[in-house]
Amino acid sequence: MNLTLKVWRQESPDAAGRFETYDAPGIKDDMSFLEMLDVVNERLIEAGDEPITFESDCREGICGTCGLMINGRAHGPVKGAAACQLHMRVFNDGDMITIEPWRAAGFPVIKDCAVDRQAFDRIVESGGYISAPTGAAPDANLQLIPKDAADAAMDAAACIGCGACVAACPNSAAQLFTSAKVQHLALLPQGQAERYSRVKNMVDTMESFFGSCTNHGECEEACPKEISIDFIAMMNRDYVSAMGKNRKLAGQHM
Amino acid sequence: MSTTLNLDSKIPEGGIDEKWSNYLFNHKLVNPSNRRKFDIIVVGTGLAGAAAAATLGEQGYNVKVFTYHDSPRRAHSIAAQGGINAAKNYKNDGDSVFRLFYDTVKGGDYRSREANVHRLAEVSVNIIDQCAAAGVPFAREYGGLLDNRSFGGAQVSRTFYARGQTGQQLLLGAYQALARQIGSGPVELHNRSELLDVVVMDGAARGVIVRDMITGEISAHSAHAVVLATGGYCNVYYLATMAKMCNVTAAWRAHRKGAAFANPCFTQIHPTCIPQSDEFQSKLTLMSESLRNDGRIWVPKNPDDTRAADQIPEDERDYYLERIYPSFGNLAPRDVSSRAAKRAVDAGQGVGPLKNGVYLDFADAIGRLGENVVRDRYSNLFDMYANITGENPYKTPMRIYPAPHYAMGGLWVDYELQTTIPGLFAAGEANFSDHGANRLGASALMQGLADGYFVLPNTISSYLAPLLSTTPVSTDEPAFAEAISGVEDRVNQLVSIGGTKGPDHFHRELGRIMWNECGMARNENGLQKAISEIGAIEEEFYKDLRIPGSRYEYNQTLEKAMRVVDFFELGKTMCQDALDREESCGGHFREEYQTDEGEAARRDDLFSYVSAYSYEGQGEAPKLHKEHLNYEYVKPTTRSYK
Amino acid sequence: MRRPEPPRRAPRKMYPWPLNLYQTAVGKKWVMALTGLGLIGFVLAHMAGNLKLYMGAEDIFDYGEFLKEMGSPLIPKTHLLWILRAGLLTMFVLHIHSAYSLTRLNAASNPKANPTGQKRYEGGQEFAAANFASRSMRWTGVIIALYVIFHLLDLTWGATSDGWVKTDHYNNIVDSFQRVPVAIIYIVANVALAIHIFHGAWSMFQSLGLTSPMWNHIRRYVAYGVSAAILIGNVSFPVAVLLGIVDHVEPTYLEEASALLALI
Ligand SMILES: Cc1cc2nc3c(=O)[nH]c(=O)nc-3n(C[C@H](O)[C@H](O)[C@H](O)COP(=O)(O)OP(=O)(O)OC[C@H]3O[C@@H](n4cnc5c(N)ncnc54)[C@H](O)[C@@H]3O)c2cc1C
Ligand code: HEM
Ligand code: HEM
Ligand code: SF4
Ligand code: F3S
Ligand code: FES
Repeated sequence: MNLTLKVWRQESPDAAGRFETYDAPGIKDDMSFLEMLDVVNERLIEAGDEPITFESDCREGICGTCGLMINGRAHGPVKGAAACQLHMRVFNDGDMITIEPWRAAGFPVIKDCAVDRQAFDRIVESGGYISAPTGAAPDANLQLIPKDAADAAMDAAACIGCGACVAACPNSAAQLFTSAKVQHLALLPQGQAERYSRVKNMVDTMESFFGSCTNHGECEEACPKEISIDFIAMMNRDYVSAMGKNRKLAGQHM
Repeated sequence: MSTTLNLDSKIPEGGIDEKWSNYLFNHKLVNPSNRRKFDIIVVGTGLAGAAAAATLGEQGYNVKVFTYHDSPRRAHSIAAQGGINAAKNYKNDGDSVFRLFYDTVKGGDYRSREANVHRLAEVSVNIIDQCAAAGVPFAREYGGLLDNRSFGGAQVSRTFYARGQTGQQLLLGAYQALARQIGSGPVELHNRSELLDVVVMDGAARGVIVRDMITGEISAHSAHAVVLATGGYCNVYYLATMAKMCNVTAAWRAHRKGAAFANPCFTQIHPTCIPQSDEFQSKLTLMSESLRNDGRIWVPKNPDDTRAADQIPEDERDYYLERIYPSFGNLAPRDVSSRAAKRAVDAGQGVGPLKNGVYLDFADAIGRLGENVVRDRYSNLFDMYANITGENPYKTPMRIYPAPHYAMGGLWVDYELQTTIPGLFAAGEANFSDHGANRLGASALMQGLADGYFVLPNTISSYLAPLLSTTPVSTDEPAFAEAISGVEDRVNQLVSIGGTKGPDHFHRELGRIMWNECGMARNENGLQKAISEIGAIEEEFYKDLRIPGSRYEYNQTLEKAMRVVDFFELGKTMCQDALDREESCGGHFREEYQTDEGEAARRDDLFSYVSAYSYEGQGEAPKLHKEHLNYEYVKPTTRSYK
Repeated sequence: MRRPEPPRRAPRKMYPWPLNLYQTAVGKKWVMALTGLGLIGFVLAHMAGNLKLYMGAEDIFDYGEFLKEMGSPLIPKTHLLWILRAGLLTMFVLHIHSAYSLTRLNAASNPKANPTGQKRYEGGQEFAAANFASRSMRWTGVIIALYVIFHLLDLTWGATSDGWVKTDHYNNIVDSFQRVPVAIIYIVANVALAIHIFHGAWSMFQSLGLTSPMWNHIRRYVAYGVSAAILIGNVSFPVAVLLGIVDHVEPTYLEEASALLALI
């Protein structure tokens, strides 16, 4: 098929940036979207132009490196899939495809369609862990975890940190990402000791970079792992309790 | 130049089950209050690197960690699906540390070091404890206890898993521990920083040279010790199940600086991947091996059969695994079933538009169990397959074909995980240590975490203790300046070629040669041809490469080119090693050395050694050194899966 | 090329509980949801009271008198009413202030216009979950706020007509709604209110963290129900007046009441 691409080009973080239009003839159905861009890039190189910068690594939807706004949808039109899992067969001959980077103040553009997502690391560093220094752990089966709870924690833990939730959210809120990490740990018995300090620190860090959630639910739709906004609700509750919690009594509820 | 190497493996005294505790008791320690006086560089944030950096930080060392990813969480370990082994024997099915040790040595086709493997089996139990405490949401039974499954043909259920995302969850656990150390100070993160050289001075590793991938700036960092946990090199094949950015540069640059590279030709080919669909394919996708529990593998008997799968009657199908290996059938080990698939495709019986796959058919399972049960077990894999191929595997059989997946070879290390350069350590897939010629399923994650959490943080103190009261060498030393200018030259050389083609073109060519000649089956002629063909492409690369843009910006073309440079050299060394190893074992199959039935013929009398290569200069053939292997506890036998 | 850094807002000095709740976005949102819930309660009760319009002028009058007498003789007449009014005012103020400050935060976090166009995404963001209600909260909110001012001028202070009589709520309403433009203002505002609540009554469950797999599926229906009730109830009043179903009556009860007062 033959396509026209309208792609965001921006030389550097400080450059103004603009859209460029490229013809992409001879694209095959079974190519992935990123392979289509690879082909376009190789042609650009051969023609002496600079290839389009976009990021990817695993190309199977697990590392969270890729991320493109494709025709106004984060990761493109297929639900529950990252950009790298998108295949050209969902497009038609003659389509015009607009490709843009994630846009949010917390995700500054580095170049073209690549953005900086360090803010996510800062959020995790502020509390997204269980303090369990190596070697101190008791036998893994000492602590029982009901299957339903383990499954729910796993649902949250499936987040790949891609940032599509922020890109899709009309408020540029990072609530889905943050709540996924907070709740992954808060739903497990191991995570209880730090439950309230964790949610407090992570949410505060999140708020220093991103907007606030008004429950649009757009993030869940964009999320390649279909993480549920229920986790946002759970995080909100934990956060508000954390503000007024007498943490000296925390040992009584574990 | 002709290097002599000291390949002393430093195996501790005592019986196999006492070696690690003896080591821990006898090795030199660094007092907790002195640890902050030591600087350690860790390169890589996969399971091995993140676990090591986090643990060293917890212990009180100053750690600088480098990764070319934007976040430590993106390391390739994230992609592992199936699970992680541990000798917990929670299933009461006769597993033990000794059995895991035994299985690993045997599965590795007797080309690994017994002492290392036993240590791996010992600490495997601690890994699960550690990960559960860190919040890894392993699968559970209804009673709340941990669930296990049997994996990769093991006779016991010792594999722990977290849905189909075990690697992701384990890596996130290690990443979170690392994030805690970054947040609280002991560990300093340098993301988007690619190691381009290792600095060796006065016979020891003193630091690294890295390129900031955004500013393009090249900088030097020094430390008391350097740890490389930079993963495997299967991307030398271009098409592999590895993430696109995986590369050999860190290990290779260490190799060029004097670290021996061991068993480079031992690469694992995974039998169940989705076949290539066209020439533009950028990577191959692994489908979990668990599919082989219910799927039946077959090809049409007649190579010219063009009918759709369901039109081919039973008696015109060749269920070759069931036919040749009646007792293991479709569950035959990775190397065995990969080679069987290759034989079928080479005989023209391949299926699919490019005739490059074999069927993995669930029709029987659906008939026997019903579509719902099959859906319950494999829906996510079926969905993934349907998404990639556009075919419905409930209706038509899947097409699969083997693909490069794991590198058993890597930097040679001793029992302490130290390379032949003092002060330079290698952990995880980057070293060669524990899997011999073939890795068992679910053992790479185990090894990465064993190295990172438990082994390296202990063994590194033996090296550091005597260095107390020394400071790391200043980066103003000539050795650093020299290394920096070496890297600058390399970069400048590449950007100034001004040819016509991007690096992917050459990488693809290299991959094609490697796959054809040094892939699933190898022979002398092919390997020799490969070495000269690689040389030719390399030459063309230096004439015809084009890197648009500047070196002082985010330049992905430049990054790729820098990696391809090292893949060329690695490729030649792999072929060299494959030539030398005139036997078939594990992932290495030399067509000249097979039994009458076409099975691998191992030659223990001649090749029971680790091949460790020293770098002899650009364009020179590497020099082989041998570490002989002794088997005291697991006596070599022929693997038979018939 | 430089390494970009995501802009980070400096941490603030935190006040002691419960003031700290109102210093963070999640806390503010919680306050917004609580006040929103309170306002929904008011609007529903207010509507229930106004439904007496259909039971006759006297009923409404009596209801008005009841409101004033609420709480007596425990506390003096109208005191409880004033306490409730103060509560209502506080809720409005907090609700509006939190909405305002979160809206500003969001604008700062979201480069609304990409450098070339006016839109954030040139491809035109295609929404899959966000609906008209959720995206227009700020506008429906402003409409409601303006409306409340108008409404107070109109019916509480009688500033929009000459015929207004302090306690004759029934005829005040009818007279007011018989002016077509006023009726339209009421209809538009209450449609906006229903839209606001359509999202708000669902959204507040999220903000308050009231989630459970057992009854999550009901939350949407609660929002449908509340907003439909308010839409139908409140829009019916101007419509009924315009259609003449509810019409002006002689306020005899006013004299009775003053006669009663005179007796005492
Ligand atoms: C698809 C797939 C499925 C798998 N499934 C399983 C499984 O089920 N069970 C199992 O046990 N194993 C599995 N494996 C194997 C296993 O995942 C890997 O062997 C293991 O995770 C390697 O971990 P690592 O820490 O050594 O390296 P990696 O995770 O590869 O990390 C390498 C790190 O080094 C960094 N790095 C590399 N070079 C440089 C450089 N020059 N400069 C700076 N940084 C650098 C990278 O940024 C990265 O952080 C699977 C592998 C694949 C490909
Ligand atoms: C009687 C009047 C009002 C009622 C019943 C009401 C109700 C609600 C409710 C229930 C919410 C949801 C809270 C949450 O999600 O946590 C909400 C949100 C909101 N309200 Fe109101 N509100 C009223 C008036 C106003 C006014 C006057 C304004 C502004 C000028 C306003 C602006 C907002 C905004 C901006 C939100 C946030 C948007 C969102 O959550 O999506 N509201 N309101
Ligand atoms: C069409 C529907 C409505 C009707 C017929 C109506 C009617 C009235 C009447 C008769 C009064 C009493 C005036 C007085 O004190 O004499 C009143 C007061 C008031 N109304 Fe409404 N109203 C309607 C809708 C609303 C809505 C939607 C809101 C808020 C969003 C609202 C907010 C108020 C307030 C704040 C007061 C003042 C209360 C007080 O004085 O204690 N009304 N309304
Ligand atoms: S919550 Fe979903 S969309 Fe957001 S970062 Fe995680 S995986 Fe990506
Ligand atoms: S889209 Fe945004 S508003 Fe909240 S529910 Fe998701 S973060
Ligand atoms: S490239 Fe890894 S998720 Fe897309």
